[in-house]
Amino acid sequence: MGYIRLKDIRVSYDNKNNILEGLNLDIQKGELVSLLGPSGCGKTTTLRVIAGFIEPNDGQFLLEDEDLTHVPVHKRNFGLVFQSYALFPHLTVFDNVAFGLKLKKLDKNVIQEKVDAMIKACDLEGLGQRFPKELSGGQRQRVALARALVIEPKILLLDEPLSNLDAKLRINMRIEIKRIQKKLGITTIFVTHDQEECFSISDKVAVMNKGVIEQYDTPEEIYAHPKTEFVARFIGFENFIPLKKKENHVYVGENGALFHVDNDVDCQSCQATIRPDDILVITSVDNKENILKGTVEVRTFLGKSYQYEVATELGRVVVNSSNEHIYESGQDIVLLLPANKIILV
Amino acid sequence: MRKNKALLIFSIFVFAFLFVPLLIIVVTAFGEAPTITFPIKGFTFKWFANVFKSKAFVDSLILSGKLALYATLVALLVGIPAAYAISRFSMKGKGLLKSFFLSPTIVPGVVVGYSIFQFAILKLHMPVFQGLLLGHFLVVLPYIIRVVGSSLEQFDFSIEEAAWSLGCNKVQAFFKVVLPNITSGISAAFMLAFINSFNNIPVSMFLKGPGISTLPTTLMNYIEYNYDPTVSAVSVLLMLATIVIMFIVEKTLGIAAFTK
Repeated sequence: MGYIRLKDIRVSYDNKNNILEGLNLDIQKGELVSLLGPSGCGKTTTLRVIAGFIEPNDGQFLLEDEDLTHVPVHKRNFGLVFQSYALFPHLTVFDNVAFGLKLKKLDKNVIQEKVDAMIKACDLEGLGQRFPKELSGGQRQRVALARALVIEPKILLLDEPLSNLDAKLRINMRIEIKRIQKKLGITTIFVTHDQEECFSISDKVAVMNKGVIEQYDTPEEIYAHPKTEFVARFIGFENFIPLKKKENHVYVGENGALFHVDNDVDCQSCQATIRPDDILVITSVDNKENILKGTVEVRTFLGKSYQYEVATELGRVVVNSSNEHIYESGQDIVLLLPANKIILV
Repeated sequence: MRKNKALLIFSIFVFAFLFVPLLIIVVTAFGEAPTITFPIKGFTFKWFANVFKSKAFVDSLILSGKLALYATLVALLVGIPAAYAISRFSMKGKGLLKSFFLSPTIVPGVVVGYSIFQFAILKLHMPVFQGLLLGHFLVVLPYIIRVVGSSLEQFDFSIEEAAWSLGCNKVQAFFKVVLPNITSGISAAFMLAFINSFNNIPVSMFLKGPGISTLPTTLMNYIEYNYDPTVSAVSVLLMLATIVIMFIVEKTLGIAAFTK
C-alpha cells in the first residue's frame, strides 16, 4: 500500500477528450518519484490533481489512506515549487519564506527561528531582506524551495523547477534538491521532460504518454528494459526492427535473418529495439546470427564518436561507432546486434 | 538619424496647432480687460480670485470633485473584481465581454447621458446627485477595467496558486498576494477615471438639475452669457490639475499602460 495513491484518475476539461485516463500511481513514503513525458502527456495535470488545483472527474487521491480528492488546496499542506518560482514580488525573501507560517498563526519567535533555519539550510544567508527581483535565478529557485519546505509539508511537489536555469546551475540544483529531500525524508513528486535530470535524482520514474503511465519503475530498470515502444523512443532507443518469433529466444526478421535475444518476452510478432551505442560494426562475419548487412548513407561527427545512418534490408538503422575506423558513405558494412542488448517491445 | 526638414516643419505646425490655442487661453487669464482679448493689456490675478468668489464655480467644483471621487471608488469596487474575473477565468463570450468593456469610446457620452436621463430620472425619479453618480460610474467603469485588466495580464497567476498552497483561501490570497501586486495599475486607473469623470460634459449635461451642476457644465453655461477671463482662469486651473495627475500616473505606471 502506497503512502500516496492515485486510483483511476480521469480528468477531462470538455468531457470529450481525456487529459488523464484511468491513471493509477502508488508512491511509498520518502520516495522521490518523477513524472516524465513530452509536453501534453498529462504529467503537470497529474501534479495539479495531487496539489488540489484540479478536481478529477473520476477517481480518488489518497494520502495515508485518507481520501483527499475533494479537499481544497489550502487545507492540504503540500509544498509546491513552480516552474516560474512564483515568488511574491512585493515581499522580501524572509517574508516570502515566512508567508506560510504566518498563515498558521505561529508565534513570532517561532517563525523567526524556523525561517532563519530554512534560509540557512537553503544557502540563502544574508539575502533575507532582498526582494525577489534582486536575486539570481538559482537564488530564486532556492527561495521557492525554502518557502515550500518551511511549512513542513506532507509531500513536496516540483513542477519543472529547473527548466529556467542554465545547464551548469541545473545540475547543481538537482543535486541540492536530492540532498535536501533525502535529509528531510520528504515524499517528493518531480515533473520534468528532461530524461537525464529525472534519471539522476529519482528513486522511481513514471513515464507518461497521452494521459496514461506507460511504465513505472526504477531509473535503472527503465533505462535497461523499456516496456513499450514509446518509452524506448523517449529514452534514446532509435532503432526499431519488426521480428517474428521462431522459438524461445530466437526471432526471425523479414529477410530471414535470425536473431538471438536474451530477454525474451511473450509475443509472436514484435519489435526489436537497440541503442545506437550498442550496435557493433564488424569486419569479419563469423556467425550468421544477429547480423545485419547494410550501406552507410550519412555520417555525422558527434565528438567522441561518429554516427552512421545505415540502410539495411530491415530498414534504416542508426549506429554510433568509435573514431578508430571511419566508414565513408556508400560503403557496405556489417552490423552485429548483441543478444544481450536487444530489447523486445 | 537622418534629418528631414520637411517632416520637422510639419511636426512644428501640428504641435503649434495643438498648443497655441491652449497657450492663448493661459495668457488671456491674466489680462485686465473685462472681456477676453489677445494680446492682453496689463497683468492681474483677479480672474483667478473671481473663480473662487463665485458661488456657482466653487459649488460646482466641489460637486465635480465629490462626483469624480465617488464614481471612481464605486467603479473600482465593481471594476477590479470584473477585471480579475475576465483575466483569470475562461468563460463563454469572454472575448465579447472584453471588447465590450475595453471600448469606452464606442458609445458616445451623449447616448449614455440620454439613456440614463430617460431611465433613471424620468422613470425612476432618481435624485440629481444619484443620477449623476450613476452616469459617471458608467463612464469611468471601462477605464478601470481596462487599466486594472492590463495590469492583471502581467500578473503570473501561479503566484496566487503558490499562496493557496501555503494555506491561503481564495479571498485571503486575493488580498494578500494579488492586490498588492496590482496597486500601480489601480492607482493609475483611479486617476484616469477621476480625470474622465471630472472633465465629462455630455453625461453631466443631461443629468444636472436645478442648482446642481458640475464644473464643466457650469463653465459652459457661464460662457453662454459672459465673455470675461474668469473662464480662462478656470481652464488654466483645470489644465494644471490634469497635468499634475497625469504626471503622477506617468511616474507610477507609465502612460504606456493606457495605450496597450
